[in-house]
Amino acid sequence: MTEHETDYEVVIGMETHIELDTASKMFCACSAQCFGAEPNTHVCPVCLGMPGALPVINRRAVEYAMMVGLALNCQIARFTFWERKSYWYPDLPKGYQISQYQYPLCYDGWIDVDVRDVASGTWQEHAERRRIRIRRAHLEEDTGKLTHIGNFSYVDYNRSGVPLLEIVTEPDLRSANEAYAYLSALQQIVRYLGVGTADMEKGAMRCEPNMSLRPKGSHELGVKVEIKNLNSLRAVRDAIAYEIERQTRILRSGGSIQQVTLGWDEARGVTYIQREKESAHDYRYFPEPDLPPLQVDEAWLAEVRARVPELALARQDRYRRDFGLSAYDAVVLTADRAVADWFEAVVAALPNGPGRAKAAANWVQSELFRVMKSRGIPNSAVHTLPVKPAQLAELIMMVERGVINHHTAKHVFEAMCDSGADPQCIVEERGLAQVSDAAALRDVVEAVVAAHPQQVQQVLAGQEKVFGFLVGQAMKATRGKGNAQMIHALLREAIERQRA
Amino acid sequence: MRALCSLTIAEARRLLRERAVSARELTFAYLERIQQLEPSLHAFISVATELAIEMADAADRRIARGEDTPLLGVPIAIKDVLVTRDLRTTAGSRILENYVPTWDATVVSKLRAMGAVFLGKLNCDEFAMGSSTENSAFGVTRNPWRLDRVPGGSSGGSAVAVAADLCCAALGTDTGGSIRQPAALCGVTGLKNSYGRISRYGLIAFASSLDTVGALTKDALDAAIMLQALEGRDPNDSTSVSAPPVDVHAVEHAPEKLQGLRVGVPKEYFTAGIQDEVEEAVRAAIAQLEALGARVQEVSLPRTELGLAAYYIIAPAEASANLARFDGVKYGLRVTGNDLIDTYCRTRGAGFGAEVKRRIMLGTYALSAGYYDAYYVRAQKVRTLIKQDFEQAFAQVDILAAPVSPTTAFPIGSKTEDPLQMYLADVFTLPASLAGVCAISIPCGFDRLGLPIGLQLIGPAFGEQRVLQVARTYQMHTDFHLRKPNLDLSSLAS
Repeated sequence: MTEHETDYEVVIGMETHIELDTASKMFCACSAQCFGAEPNTHVCPVCLGMPGALPVINRRAVEYAMMVGLALNCQIARFTFWERKSYWYPDLPKGYQISQYQYPLCYDGWIDVDVRDVASGTWQEHAERRRIRIRRAHLEEDTGKLTHIGNFSYVDYNRSGVPLLEIVTEPDLRSANEAYAYLSALQQIVRYLGVGTADMEKGAMRCEPNMSLRPKGSHELGVKVEIKNLNSLRAVRDAIAYEIERQTRILRSGGSIQQVTLGWDEARGVTYIQREKESAHDYRYFPEPDLPPLQVDEAWLAEVRARVPELALARQDRYRRDFGLSAYDAVVLTADRAVADWFEAVVAALPNGPGRAKAAANWVQSELFRVMKSRGIPNSAVHTLPVKPAQLAELIMMVERGVINHHTAKHVFEAMCDSGADPQCIVEERGLAQVSDAAALRDVVEAVVAAHPQQVQQVLAGQEKVFGFLVGQAMKATRGKGNAQMIHALLREAIERQRA
Repeated sequence: MRALCSLTIAEARRLLRERAVSARELTFAYLERIQQLEPSLHAFISVATELAIEMADAADRRIARGEDTPLLGVPIAIKDVLVTRDLRTTAGSRILENYVPTWDATVVSKLRAMGAVFLGKLNCDEFAMGSSTENSAFGVTRNPWRLDRVPGGSSGGSAVAVAADLCCAALGTDTGGSIRQPAALCGVTGLKNSYGRISRYGLIAFASSLDTVGALTKDALDAAIMLQALEGRDPNDSTSVSAPPVDVHAVEHAPEKLQGLRVGVPKEYFTAGIQDEVEEAVRAAIAQLEALGARVQEVSLPRTELGLAAYYIIAPAEASANLARFDGVKYGLRVTGNDLIDTYCRTRGAGFGAEVKRRIMLGTYALSAGYYDAYYVRAQKVRTLIKQDFEQAFAQVDILAAPVSPTTAFPIGSKTEDPLQMYLADVFTLPASLAGVCAISIPCGFDRLGLPIGLQLIGPAFGEQRVLQVARTYQMHTDFHLRKPNLDLSSLAS
């Protein structure tokens, strides 16, 4: 990158819609769990906008929204009301959306994100921490969904009325990677809180970045474009990166940017104009007369606050500080709350847990992940495995105490994952206890040395690789139960005796 | 037969309980009378003959089992803005001409559960917007006291059905006077309940913050019986509240005298524009209250004249959003155009009448960017002031007595060309709606043409009990509510 090419800076604000994973919809009793259901099977007079139907607030949805707000360090409004946002579209059954306008439920927050250059090989280790301000987060209802086939359009109202949280940042994002990092963090928070799937592919999280370029050092904002239909985090990053490049090229050649709404063509990797600049839409907001204002008292707020768990970033910092883990380990272990909780339960069950956390981390990342992957269990479902964290802690201690060796322990762990049995039982039942009897091991080693004179000579000639082979032979003779350290020492001794 | 149809709910229930008459007999009497009078009066949009007989038979079976409810076997008709399962519900609009709901309004299901018999759906101004029932897409309803006069509105069909004995009682709705004004113009009793006392779930919304459901009845006791049947907090209506239930027995046995009752007469309700005979009759009624022992004093509701302006901002604003759902996509009329916008425009252009379009435009304008603060926000402030007017008045008196309508029933067609004149018909009913308080209209006299005049008794929010008791006491000493229009069947047939 030449000096000349860095003369523009991008300013990005993000508007994100997140479907909240409540059992019922925002304003009626219909099931909100409708992804993939037959069209128009999760509907009632309320979410179809039938004449005479009235909305009723879903308390759980409000609580979920407050949880996200609290996780984003927002202020929570003690008094707020609903408003009608009027516009016409066939997927909006009432001709207005019940939303919040003047007083959002959550406002003035921020979120710290670790921005990593994902393109680099060691991205987990190097991060720049950035604080992104959250302007507001408000609750509203989702619309239905249109499908266009030939000359006809079909509308499915299953999604109509699903609780939706709209989160708007201040224009604080300064690169495609930052946008990516912000959205990943947001997605992770939603999942940590258990209030949504935030699956972009399923439309449970929808992002609309707005961005503009300006000369570096300038404080004025340039002409803004909005990008829509981004169906993955990668698409968001690629679309923004593409636009930065495109706009930089235009500005450099003396051109100007048009204020437009863009779409993203995933296949071709380009943006295209979806809508030209249009006059500002007048939504004619006014307070929803069918719903009383929403009051949040301190007791309710405290109750909801208590349900917000420690989030990924805080855990990463704590793992590095208290457990001495690497950034890489911390990121991997906290990627999923279920895994992080499981890992911490192992540490908690270990005597001097923090001191042994590295061992626990290694077990989780190698053996636990391997088992789950081979069995097709997603990380979020770690608790469905029969093995419990305290049992892994016990296994780790058995290795440490020399009851079994590491090699045997892996097999024991496999067995624990099958049956949920305690490691001790498995070891006893299968006679897997490590052989540390010096006399017995000496016999085995002598026998191996006697049976492989040629290899012994090679070791003596300095071919250390062959030593490993001999260790293997001795281990095999003990059916894997031999104390590896003792076998090493005894074998070395026996080989040395063959010198001269 | 005539005697059967003129029964009050209380009387009908007594005969039904004593098995002196069956629900079937009673229902047939009404159906026959509807058949005879409907061509002249046009109170109904839909007469539910088969359903009524079916429900009457079901009621008779329940009576035979010894069941007893306040409405078991009582024939009732329903304003066509309340949704009824499997029974066409039009809201008086072409846009819902063939709309058959899949569910019942809460008030309708309460009536069903009590075993009331549904005679049909009553005519009204389109989406309850109007004061004469002339805005119905299904033709005008005629006042039974003089067929060339309007019945008032928007619950004109309800008022006529009760006045002409086409039903025992009728459901109506009142947003700015739509129960009280037609009750006054047709000489029946109509109670507008406090906002939130009766569920709005299933009421096709006109102005959500003002809409109330209520009944039009033959007297105050029946009004209490209907209130008891309909009231109560509804989990499906977040704006409904639970209030102490009405004590029907206490209304029935209201004291003969009004000793100790403080009656306020708001001076702003006796100003320009009021018909002399209306003022005289209302003042005479107030004198009667005084004669019965009430202490009468003049009070002031200084913001009364602002009510009309505030109402005609707030109600159309809410209506403009409430009626947005009628877009031809999901139900009701669709007139297919060249594209989506064209379809919207053609559907709504063909489906809505002139008054509805006028109010949608008024409301849309009032909510538009740049005008919102000047109109909607300001109107809400005025509304607060009007509420305070009533609070201050009720700190001094128990009840307010006033006219309902400045005039008696006006000739059909006389105000349709002048919307503002029509709006002024509601000038005395709008403030109570804006304040959310309760008010009843009861007959208190007749003008020289023999047209009924109504007395409005206004109580504080959830003060229905006292309002009903005072109305009952008044009706114990007067017979205006017992007089019937002369509907000579032979002359009407011509």
